[in-house]
Amino acid sequence: MPDTIMLQVTRYRPESEGAPTVQEYEVPLREEWAVLDGLNYVKDHLDGTLSFRWSCRMGICGSCGMTVNGDPALSCGTFLTDHAPGPVRVEPLANFPVIRDLVVEIDDFLLKLPEVKPWLVRDDDGVDGVEFLQTPEQLDAYKQYSMCINCMLCYSACPVYGIEPDFLGPAAIALAQRYNLDSRDQGAHQRLDVLATDAGVWACTYVGECTRACPKGVDPAGAIQRYKLTAAARTLLPWGKR
Amino acid sequence: MAGPGRTARPSRAEAAAWLMFSAGGMVSALLVPVLVLLFGVLFPLGVLAPPDHAGLAALLAHPLVRILLLGLCVLALLHWAHRFRYTLVDGLQLGRMRGPISALCYAAVLAGSVWAAVVLLG
Amino acid sequence: MTRVGATRVGATRVGATQPSTTRYRQPVSLFWWTKRRSYLVFVLRELSSVAVAWFVVHFLLLVTAVHDGPAAYRAFLDWSATPLVLVVDLVALAFVVLHAVTWFTLAPKAIVVRMQGRPVPPRAVAAGHFGAWVVVSAIVAWVLVVML
Repeated sequence: MPDTIMLQVTRYRPESEGAPTVQEYEVPLREEWAVLDGLNYVKDHLDGTLSFRWSCRMGICGSCGMTVNGDPALSCGTFLTDHAPGPVRVEPLANFPVIRDLVVEIDDFLLKLPEVKPWLVRDDDGVDGVEFLQTPEQLDAYKQYSMCINCMLCYSACPVYGIEPDFLGPAAIALAQRYNLDSRDQGAHQRLDVLATDAGVWACTYVGECTRACPKGVDPAGAIQRYKLTAAARTLLPWGKR
Repeated sequence: MAGPGRTARPSRAEAAAWLMFSAGGMVSALLVPVLVLLFGVLFPLGVLAPPDHAGLAALLAHPLVRILLLGLCVLALLHWAHRFRYTLVDGLQLGRMRGPISALCYAAVLAGSVWAAVVLLG
Repeated sequence: MTRVGATRVGATRVGATQPSTTRYRQPVSLFWWTKRRSYLVFVLRELSSVAVAWFVVHFLLLVTAVHDGPAAYRAFLDWSATPLVLVVDLVALAFVVLHAVTWFTLAPKAIVVRMQGRPVPPRAVAAGHFGAWVVVSAIVAWVLVVML
């Protein structure tokens, strides 16, 4: 195995340039190193001006999403040896505006997420002192959708989101389903108002790339498809479920 | 929040369009391949003997067959309209023309359905 | 609620006048669907709807010919055998088969079927659909080839 590998990293410095450029860095090729380790090596030893997000280094915080060799990926979970001998292209997450270097603006998602009310909604108020019981079968109904770490690789993979920024997006809809399908939740009718819109589930054409990109196996595409039938029924038969 | 012509409320139109698209997708997936194989390829080429005229005409005269075929044609067209308008808008990034594109597609469905009714039921 | 960072393609000023806040909006190519094999397969799947519409046209022309008498029916079959129409129908056949295969494969995702309180595994749902496809096709073929 060669000693080093070349990283071709997107640089964008808005104070001095109008468009991104590419800068090459040669980093050690260690068997256990991920792309994130390579970037940290660059920052520590080669070029302290490189900016990128990261935190947990273990695929749970969702901070380090980037485009690695054309695919949306968590830089902490993508190993350099898998891309040897390189070079490895490291670009910011697609479909998001770039703030600087590999840092993208995720405000759009952060504004959309609370719109789907990703918390337990109850019709009764004040449930102090009550323990909600849930069987393992009831947990299984939504558990997969609760695995989302908000890394937004799915938004990056989704061509509809790239063309249509109003689209609510895979993660937001999957998270809405996580609560819709939770036996303790009573908010499905409230979420319907956001989900069953033109920019909600109906904008999705089931490309399925979101599910491919998801590092936690959430299957947002499946969540959206399941909801389409619910949305259609509840929209066209309003006397039933409201 | 919503782009031009997009509702910020639940859309009954899209819900109905999707239901028709799904129904059309299912019936066309089940029936169209074998019909294209037979009437589009094997019968014209003579690989299999095509049904004789009298028999086929009698089949097409059966009221149940006529209704089912009309249903197939209308649903297949509704399937096409929904999928095709999204393909044009997303594939060619024609978001601003979403309204006219949808209108044209469903106008074609209406025209095709009328033609189907005239041919199959007339 | 204001949307922060709304941008056009290329560098655009946002909020403050400082150049350091200018966001770069990564452009989406007109040929985005050629960039990945999975995108291309997706677009081909979507275009299969045109083949379905073509079937309707071809079929209505066939029925019209049948209603016009044996000679017209024969002429229609001969026209269907001409090279151009044959190629169109062969391409259409490929597309409608693509439509059927992708439709039945993805069907389990749209509906979660429960039997006796347990969810039916997706593979079984898909297999059921494919089985129905075989049965329906066999019945249609039998009616048109054997019975008539």
